[in-house]
Amino acid sequence: MSLLAVHDLAVARGGLRTVEGVSFTLDAGQALILRGPNGIGKTTLLRTVAGLQPPVTGRIEMPDDAVAYAAHADGLKGALSVTENLVFWAQVFGGGDVSAALAAMDLAALADRPAAALSAGQKRRLGLARLLVSRRPLWVLDEPTVSLDAASVARFADMVRGHLAQGGAALIATHIDLGLDARVLDLTPFRARADSVVRPAGFNEAFA
Amino acid sequence: MIALLRRDLRLAVRAGGGFGLGVAFFLILCALVPFGVGPDTAALQPIAAGILWLGALLACLLSLDRIFALDHEDGSLDLLATSPLPLEGAVAVKALAHWITTGLPLIIAAPLFGILLHLPGAAIPALLVSLLLGTPALSMLGAFGAAVTVGLRRGGLLLSLLVLPLYIPTLIFGTEMIRRGQEGGDMAAPILFLAGITAGVLAVIPFAAAAALRVNLR
Amino acid sequence: MSIWEYANPVKFMRTSGAVLPWVVAGAVVCTVTGLVWGFLTPEDYRQGSTVKIVFLHVPAAMMAINIWVMMLVASLIWLIRRHHVSALAAKAAAPIGAVMTVIGLITGAVWGQPMWGTWWEWDPRLTSFLILLLFYIGYIALWSAVEDPDSAADLTGVLCLVGSVFALLSRYAVFFWNQGLHQGASLSVQSGERMSAVYRYPLYLTMLGFGLLFLSLMLVRTRTEIRRRRLAALQAREMRA
Repeated sequence: MSLLAVHDLAVARGGLRTVEGVSFTLDAGQALILRGPNGIGKTTLLRTVAGLQPPVTGRIEMPDDAVAYAAHADGLKGALSVTENLVFWAQVFGGGDVSAALAAMDLAALADRPAAALSAGQKRRLGLARLLVSRRPLWVLDEPTVSLDAASVARFADMVRGHLAQGGAALIATHIDLGLDARVLDLTPFRARADSVVRPAGFNEAFA
Repeated sequence: MIALLRRDLRLAVRAGGGFGLGVAFFLILCALVPFGVGPDTAALQPIAAGILWLGALLACLLSLDRIFALDHEDGSLDLLATSPLPLEGAVAVKALAHWITTGLPLIIAAPLFGILLHLPGAAIPALLVSLLLGTPALSMLGAFGAAVTVGLRRGGLLLSLLVLPLYIPTLIFGTEMIRRGQEGGDMAAPILFLAGITAGVLAVIPFAAAAALRVNLR
Repeated sequence: MSIWEYANPVKFMRTSGAVLPWVVAGAVVCTVTGLVWGFLTPEDYRQGSTVKIVFLHVPAAMMAINIWVMMLVASLIWLIRRHHVSALAAKAAAPIGAVMTVIGLITGAVWGQPMWGTWWEWDPRLTSFLILLLFYIGYIALWSAVEDPDSAADLTGVLCLVGSVFALLSRYAVFFWNQGLHQGASLSVQSGERMSAVYRYPLYLTMLGFGLLFLSLMLVRTRTEIRRRRLAALQAREMRA
């Protein structure tokens, strides 16, 4: 069963195309790692897949309400405790088991701390634990391992493996080798060409 | 949606100042006015209604940029936009939370401040009803302004520039209602206008604000 | 041949470039002739020579409102059909509308001083124009604050829609708030006390002139905006290559 199918996708940032002609599919149980140099448009591509911005051209097919998106900001409130943060997102996404998610990211001991007192790595772990309570099949992750130590990276990889084993899928932009059994898609060949006259990204390029 | 409302209220209580700050600002404003215009009842009474409404308006304006800015900074807004919650609903809930944390305390405190400004007792019910009918529109229009300016640098100043003109009709009918209450006039027309504006704003503005938010998120 | 073809920037640039000299010439001829003609009209028996400010005041006030309506239509076209030229035309029109509003307010004040004995009166019409000016300022400020041009067009479009409703609402609220001493509309409404033909014809001419003046300014500014966007695109391409 295909959870995500991307056909001939082109995305733009600031009115200019970044990558174009990207196609891939992601079935249940699969993970896809995006690579490419800074500025090529990994974040833009992920935001487009998550539905936060419209594609310039191309199609994205997936079931409704399938995406759990995690990026550089974790969506945490410093004034709330770790548990409260997680319970809130669990309620919003209509989901999952908070204590199991805390255990998975080794946060159980910190459950009653205010999120403001956490270190950067601990915050990151809390942000990733949110994926578990969202109970969504397709994880779209933008540099998920930033500020994680080696042990936490391994823990996170285990979490992704567990998710895939349960029929989920993950689209991850990262430069770290997570040790996952995943395909790798290098975006470099898809960099938008400068002569996009026939395929305008919109007004700016339309008649230059 | 309830979860979002509970979270916003809890944050307002914990972060401190959520409930108190608006009222404190309102109090300072009402305390400063007599220094500006003189302590005479004759000078204060005619302008009391206007000062109270202006105070409510400015106190409300003070906390508007927090409606979306904090959630935008820490990424919550992205997550809310990808959640099953419709963004229009999230806007409405956040405006409601803003009203509960600023509008409601203002309404409760207003009769007290009315006394400070020598507002006659007969006008107090009109004051309460006008604020009760008008302030929800202030919060919702403020949420619209906050949604439009959420990602911008210098957003705060722009926010007041955009929102204050939208407050004019509410301000006019709100103060007119108190003035008529003070003089024992017929209050039906301003009540209906005020309620009509608020009802229209509550019905339509969430969609405009959500559209603006989507633009700012991409 | 549909009107939407002019939404293509290339087509728009070609057509507007060809039309522009004629529009400018028409604007100059109509405005200058109308103003000179208006200046030479006899003095009014009640208002004296002050009546002659009407030839600036009425066209400017009329354009102030019409330009906002034009911006509303252009914003709707952008929001619904995503034609970039439409969004840029709305952006180009806003400062012109703001200036027209200011002209209307200032000439009104200059007229009001001898007529009502005060520079400013919180009269519904004057107040409505002041509120309109606030909306213009907010709209222009929002355009300049948003960096991404498409987002700016979207946000200002939504603001223009909401602003239009509230500008209209404010106008009626203001009538409710204070009955005024401004005379009714200078044309049409004054069925009982019609403006005499001596003043009416030069007024029509200046109104036409101001309309053409707006059209030419708006075309020039829209063309500038299009070229600016083109320049930005070229620079971005240069950097990428």
